Amino acid sequence: MTAAVHFDNITCTFAGKAGPYTAVKDVTLSIADGEFVSVVGPTGCGKSTLLNVAAGLLRPTSGALTTFGEPLNGINRRAGYMFQSEALMPWRSALDNVTAGLEFRGEEKAAARAKGEDWLSRVGLAGFGDRYPHQLSGGMRKRTSLAQMLILDPKILLMDEPFSALDIQTRQLMENELLELWSANRKSVIFITHDLEEAISLSDRVVVLSAGPATRPIGEFVIDLPRPRDVAEIRLTPKFTALHDQIWHAMKDEVLKGYQQTKNRVVA
Amino acid sequence: MNRTKLRILQAALLVAIFAFWQVATQPGLIPPFVWPENADRAAFFFGEPSKMAQVIWAWFVTDANIYPHLWVTLQETVLAFVIGSVLGLAIGLWLGLSPTASALFDPYITAMNAMPRVVLAPIFMVWFGLGIWSKVALGVTLVFFIVFFNVYQGVKEVSPVVLNNATMLGASRKQLLRFVYLPSATSWVFSSLHTSVGMAFVGAVVGEYLGSAKGVGYLIHMAEGSFDINTVFAGILVLTGFALVLDFAVTKVEKRLLVWRPTQGDSGAL
Repeated sequence: MTAAVHFDNITCTFAGKAGPYTAVKDVTLSIADGEFVSVVGPTGCGKSTLLNVAAGLLRPTSGALTTFGEPLNGINRRAGYMFQSEALMPWRSALDNVTAGLEFRGEEKAAARAKGEDWLSRVGLAGFGDRYPHQLSGGMRKRTSLAQMLILDPKILLMDEPFSALDIQTRQLMENELLELWSANRKSVIFITHDLEEAISLSDRVVVLSAGPATRPIGEFVIDLPRPRDVAEIRLTPKFTALHDQIWHAMKDEVLKGYQQTKNRVVA
Repeated sequence: MNRTKLRILQAALLVAIFAFWQVATQPGLIPPFVWPENADRAAFFFGEPSKMAQVIWAWFVTDANIYPHLWVTLQETVLAFVIGSVLGLAIGLWLGLSPTASALFDPYITAMNAMPRVVLAPIFMVWFGLGIWSKVALGVTLVFFIVFFNVYQGVKEVSPVVLNNATMLGASRKQLLRFVYLPSATSWVFSSLHTSVGMAFVGAVVGEYLGSAKGVGYLIHMAEGSFDINTVFAGILVLTGFALVLDFAVTKVEKRLLVWRPTQGDSGAL
């Protein structure tokens, strides 16, 4: 079976003030159709760079990205992207934000509105369609972003620490909702996070990246926890703890290395 | 201090100022130690509020002949604002999105902005005559740069995340312009609304003052020619009131248009 997303020997080098900086180096990684993969790694290790390559927002310096067997040229039209920071258009109401993608496609207005209302209620925002982003809470804005992405029915979901700005309760709620929506219609997911617990509780597979620069995957762990899962409850099972220990052990050195580098950068 | 009390005090202050003005300019009421040779001097230089009130009353009620002048000034202000804003928006968007063009034009924009544009008024009179269009042109040169710089900055500061998000949602370059850059830039136009409407008004009045046959600026100019200080002050008071009404209207419009904004835009003085 062809992979939904295949990173083939991807290297990304940026021209920086202090000479070229290689964010990711020789990354080869495959995400199967319908698979939920989390990518964890220390801060500043180039996780978002990988996601931007998969989205087609960034051209790799070398290597190739294929999606469903086709080499990617330009924006990845099969992918939806959920950003870490605020990405909603502040001048559009929640409903108009959700239907933006349909509007870009030239879909008929009434149909788009109906679809938008439907998606708003699916993410628990029925009746909030006429609110502007600043009138919504952080969690509600994330739900709007989720609906905005899912309404286009992308085959691949790219998620860049989407819930990192939320408080822990809202976050677990959103994680459960994401799992529910995902299991109803299985898409391939690349979920970037620095939170190992979040990664394990959501994923089929966790990929650990090394500290930057020249980040590469240093470990892959299959998470064979039963589904459906409740992210709050599953954290208490012994199997979860065992997996957590195992992955944390692999990650620890890299996290410390990443921390040291960040510290040095601050000092220097 | 509560709101009503504040309003009452503000009104009382206004009354007090005019009362003092009136008393101080009355011939004979104040010992004439400043101009001993002529008791009417104070009134000659500073006017008398009671006579100003008579002039204003005549303008608005008994003669009712100021309305055509106000109408002309309003037309000039609105036209200058609209034309200046549209030009500023279009050129701001263009230069904001095209690094080559902005690099090329940068010194010229700076130079034109630095130039005191009121000196262009005589040129506009030659080009457009003494009618409203020479005043509109002057107002446009004032409004244009405010809007232009706001839009230019606004385009540069469009959140890259919002742009990337729209791109991922399938927006083409044209759609990005229409659905992201334009609304974002428009919001910057509105945030400078107070300042640019004020500038349009300044352009209109200064233009009228320098040469015209209609408008409130023209009334002031005519009164000045005959040393009729009371009419000059009456004209200034009418202009101030007019500016306040304009500012109030702008605030209303702004509140409607910028509902999506968490904080209201800055407000410049008229």
